[in-house]
Amino acid sequence: MNKSEQLKSLMAERILILDGAMGTMIQRHKLEEEDYRGERFADWESPLKGMNDLLVLSQPDIIAGIHREYLDAGADIIETNNFNATASDLARYNLQDYAYELNVAAAKLARGCADEFSTDDKPRFVAGVLGPNQKTASVSVDVNDPGARAISFNELVEDYSLATRGLIEGGADIILIETIFDTLNAKAAVFAVKTVFEQDLTSQGKVELPIMLSGTITDASGRTLTGQVTEAFYNSLRHAKPVSVGLNCALGPDDLRQYVAELSRVAEGCVSAHPNAGLPNELGEYDLTPGEMAEHIEEWAQSGFLNIVGGCCGSSPDHIRAIANAVANIQPRAIKS
Amino acid sequence: MNISMRLSGLEPFNIADDTLFVNVGERTNVTGSARFKKLIKEEDYEAALEVARQQVEAGAQVIDVNMDEGLIDAERVMVTFLNLMASEPDISRVPVMIDSSKWEVIEAGLKCIQGKGIVNSISLKEGEEKFIEHAKLVMRYGAAVVVMAFDEKGQADTKDRKIEICTRAYNVLTEVVGFPPEDIIFDPNIFAIATGIDEHNNYAVDFIEATREIKRTLPHAKVSGGVSNVSFSFRGNNPVREAIHSVFLYHAINAGMDMGIVNAGQLAIYEDLPKDLRDKVEAVVLNTSDTGTEDLLAIANDYLGDGKQKENTQDLEWRSWEVNKRLAHALVKGITEFIEVDTEESRLAAEKPLHVIEGPLMDGMNVVGDLFGSGKMFLPQVVKSARVMKKAVAYLMPYIEEEKEVGDTNGRILMATVKGDVHDIGKNIVGVVLQCNNYEVVDLGVMVPAETILKEAIAHNCDLIGLSGLITPSLDEMVYLAKEMERQGVEMPLMIGGATTSKVHTALKIEPNLLKDQVVHVPDASRAVGVAQNLLSQTNKAGFVNGVRDEYERIRVERAKHGKVHKTAEIKKARANKVALDWSAFTPDKPRFLGLKNFDNYDLAKLVERIDWTPFFSAWELAGRYPRILEDKVVGEEASKLFAEGQAMLSKIVEEKWLEARGVIGFFPANSVGDDIEVYADESREQVVHTLHNLRQQDLKKGTQPNYCLSDYIAPKDSGKADYIGGFAVTAGHKIEAKIAEFEAQHDDYQSIMLKVLADRLAEAFAEHMHERVRKEFWAYEEDEELDNDSLIRERYRGIRPAPGYPACPDHTEKATLWEMLKPDENAGMSITESFAMLPTAAVSGWYYAHPNSRYFSVTRIQQDQVIDYAERKGLDLMSTERWLAPILGYDV
Repeated sequence: MNKSEQLKSLMAERILILDGAMGTMIQRHKLEEEDYRGERFADWESPLKGMNDLLVLSQPDIIAGIHREYLDAGADIIETNNFNATASDLARYNLQDYAYELNVAAAKLARGCADEFSTDDKPRFVAGVLGPNQKTASVSVDVNDPGARAISFNELVEDYSLATRGLIEGGADIILIETIFDTLNAKAAVFAVKTVFEQDLTSQGKVELPIMLSGTITDASGRTLTGQVTEAFYNSLRHAKPVSVGLNCALGPDDLRQYVAELSRVAEGCVSAHPNAGLPNELGEYDLTPGEMAEHIEEWAQSGFLNIVGGCCGSSPDHIRAIANAVANIQPRAIKS
Repeated sequence: MNISMRLSGLEPFNIADDTLFVNVGERTNVTGSARFKKLIKEEDYEAALEVARQQVEAGAQVIDVNMDEGLIDAERVMVTFLNLMASEPDISRVPVMIDSSKWEVIEAGLKCIQGKGIVNSISLKEGEEKFIEHAKLVMRYGAAVVVMAFDEKGQADTKDRKIEICTRAYNVLTEVVGFPPEDIIFDPNIFAIATGIDEHNNYAVDFIEATREIKRTLPHAKVSGGVSNVSFSFRGNNPVREAIHSVFLYHAINAGMDMGIVNAGQLAIYEDLPKDLRDKVEAVVLNTSDTGTEDLLAIANDYLGDGKQKENTQDLEWRSWEVNKRLAHALVKGITEFIEVDTEESRLAAEKPLHVIEGPLMDGMNVVGDLFGSGKMFLPQVVKSARVMKKAVAYLMPYIEEEKEVGDTNGRILMATVKGDVHDIGKNIVGVVLQCNNYEVVDLGVMVPAETILKEAIAHNCDLIGLSGLITPSLDEMVYLAKEMERQGVEMPLMIGGATTSKVHTALKIEPNLLKDQVVHVPDASRAVGVAQNLLSQTNKAGFVNGVRDEYERIRVERAKHGKVHKTAEIKKARANKVALDWSAFTPDKPRFLGLKNFDNYDLAKLVERIDWTPFFSAWELAGRYPRILEDKVVGEEASKLFAEGQAMLSKIVEEKWLEARGVIGFFPANSVGDDIEVYADESREQVVHTLHNLRQQDLKKGTQPNYCLSDYIAPKDSGKADYIGGFAVTAGHKIEAKIAEFEAQHDDYQSIMLKVLADRLAEAFAEHMHERVRKEFWAYEEDEELDNDSLIRERYRGIRPAPGYPACPDHTEKATLWEMLKPDENAGMSITESFAMLPTAAVSGWYYAHPNSRYFSVTRIQQDQVIDYAERKGLDLMSTERWLAPILGYDV
């Protein structure tokens, strides 16, 4: 059984656990400019503080430590630390030439940690992340010209193709396109991933990796940043034939529930969710305790919404452990066929 | 799961096998519209976007965009236009059809749309290799595809060629490319008929028959076509062209055609065509007569202009009157036919376009208002008058905006159905009546949170807020809004209306919270104008408000006294006085099945005979029982007319499947424990899966009268008898939005309200019909029952079907349990809001009790001892329980 089949058969048996926030955990280390730089980028021309993706090269032990904490908390799937590692996003730090290397390194690091914890009973998977990209292909950047765009579909395809190749090279089991707030960006990602699969895998007799998709409902309007309602979002990306589709970020579980319910109603494959630990308070901190968050998630699982669940901003290994315990004995959502 | 073509813009648009004909808007096409071509050539994108917007408003469900023209850089313009469309949410909510014969243009377009659109088109014209390459890319970009019936040899014209090419394309797509069959649309080519060339005569038939075969043999594939081609030889004679389109579509849709590129705003209705014209057109379309073309040509010129005009010349004497008199006549009689012509004539004569509204149109509406006020006109007529007025105003708006004039109105009123509630018939009627009286109405629709209402009221500088609600939880929401108005210091008067609202509730619960301005309960639409006039009048307001305040104060005093006098029983005593049934002598019947049963796409024709018409008339504020109301001296004539129009629409609803009825019922093993009912997983009755909580009457009863509670009708657990309870949720309201949107786009409140009223009736009829089947077939405890409709309406049968939120089980929150048991979300596409209103709105749900003694009763004025116990049983805190039960509490909280 290859990894893809293994994942699918596990998802039919139980609710799988995805890891929690990476950024929140990195913050706890209170890293300074020189920590971000490490030895290799000590003399870099521009400031690097806050460029979390670079840590897979400059502070690999810190990132591996966080991966291990999540694996220890019970995560079946961990996400690579490369949320902004596409060439166009990296250009803000003049790091565009490192895109491929960063994706390879992020995947390798997660791969190593997952393999340490993997057993026959509980295999661990690495989800190679393709983030949303800071520039959007369907929103105007010029108030005087609603037709203007900061990035084109072709540029996005090029960026995402390179990242995908890096993730495959580094050993990712899954491609996770997440925090989608512009569906057109995600369509470019799907186009890139499918093209890379065809060129690098299927034409060589290898199997495609499963694709997971996760969108972001940005506020109480119930729409993505670019205005789609949940079902429209699903319809737009159904052609990716994702192994799972879900929602993450932006909202806490109480606000997100209705949209996960909606997705669970319309989706043909598996459904995932990784909400924030509540909404940020006036200090920018997330207030929901592990127990409170697990209570929400347990109710979702009992309502039959979930196949995969984890946490986004503000969640920690304690949150993931509480969630894993809460859903351990609840049947996963039945897959419609 | 249904296999549908799942398209999207900002909103989803799913086309299933049973979806009605889909209109693809054709006006944003440079090859089909000279005007659009001109706008694009001149790069007047603002006006070009307006064309797109109008199509969506006219009911286009998909927008076709085509920029193929020799002098246009199609690729660049396609990208610009699609990017601009993306920033207009009222256009981009629907999916896009990217239409080009050039692959580069299609591919450039696909890179601009975030939704799932349609590519129009690809074909086998350049051979299989190119076809496969393009299809693969379409799939990777995530779009559906139109495949033209075109191959290496050319375009298919005969039925056999069409089928041959489409079948070959289907096989290549599904077997070689892996294209989802539900995302394939065939265009088997619509060619012009009646061209004078004999070989062309069968073209429509070829298309229709090929469609039938494609739909039969190629699973999930759809059929589409460009409809206007078929009538090309009659260009210049639009009435005949529209007749040809309508007849052609009638037959093509029957053969299975799913969608078409049409001018959504301009389709004639098959039945409405003059018979002679329809017969001649039909002979041409179906190629049934050798002289068909000549016969049609012979009469075609008679229909130049408006074909219908010739028919009713005898009634048209008023057309010779002076224009402003004609406008008044049209308004009073509700005639829309000539309103634009007359408005234009009046506009040309007037100094400013606004004067037409302020002069003749308002004069006409004043006549309508007076007649309505004095009882000489009735609500249905007033709504028709409003439709004429709206059309006239819509016609004048562009001219008025050009001059940037602002009209004088009697005031601006915000209308909304409160959060959690979805019912809007009453609100819409009041809105129409107010508009007829020259009030500007800002309608926020349904389910509007208090915060939005107040924000919008301030933003629009409104003079008055009107709130509507039908279900009891809405009462609380209104109280909340009043408190918020006070807290935020929003000073404006408030009008309250809707089925559960009352003067008593307004006086007791709302007015004490609103001190800065006045709240007034409006019992029906005809009173709304009077109340608004008084509240907004400088001179009358003080006196009117004082009168209302005195009256509400009297109600509060009365109520305080009355409350003390009322005698109630402690809950212990009420329980001791339960309905005494001898369970040892009665064995409950077992239903034919346990668990759930779904009913999809239920035959509407079966529901029609079960309609109870009396509430139909009361929805239109005509009082009286059916059928006597038709003979009534005062309202009889208007009631008869309304009835005829209701019947006419009802048959269209049924024939053209405007609505879809779905439902789910279920039966479960159950026994009562005190006032609760335990529902068990199975017949072993070991595992309790749901507990139904019931409330008991607490009035002090005289003689042998028991204190009723629904659980009395279910065998107690300790009786040792196996008993059962049933549940149901039915709706007749699926698909209603599309039709409502269509009517609203035509400013036609009359038809919109009529459709909603009829959908409500059908839902009630569905509940009645289903209950009958339950008694005879599914629970089958009365297999031989034979009752006529009147006896059914009078409930002369065994067993009851009480609904949560209604008198016997007044707690709305129990609907949540019903929803857990029946899962109507999945099984019937029905959901509930946070206030437990059902969606679609035309819906009924409730419980089935089968005991021969079971009957309806009303639980009111319950006491705190029961509420404390009830809250504990439900695991809720006392405060929120009291909030939900507020309308039936017999004590002050």
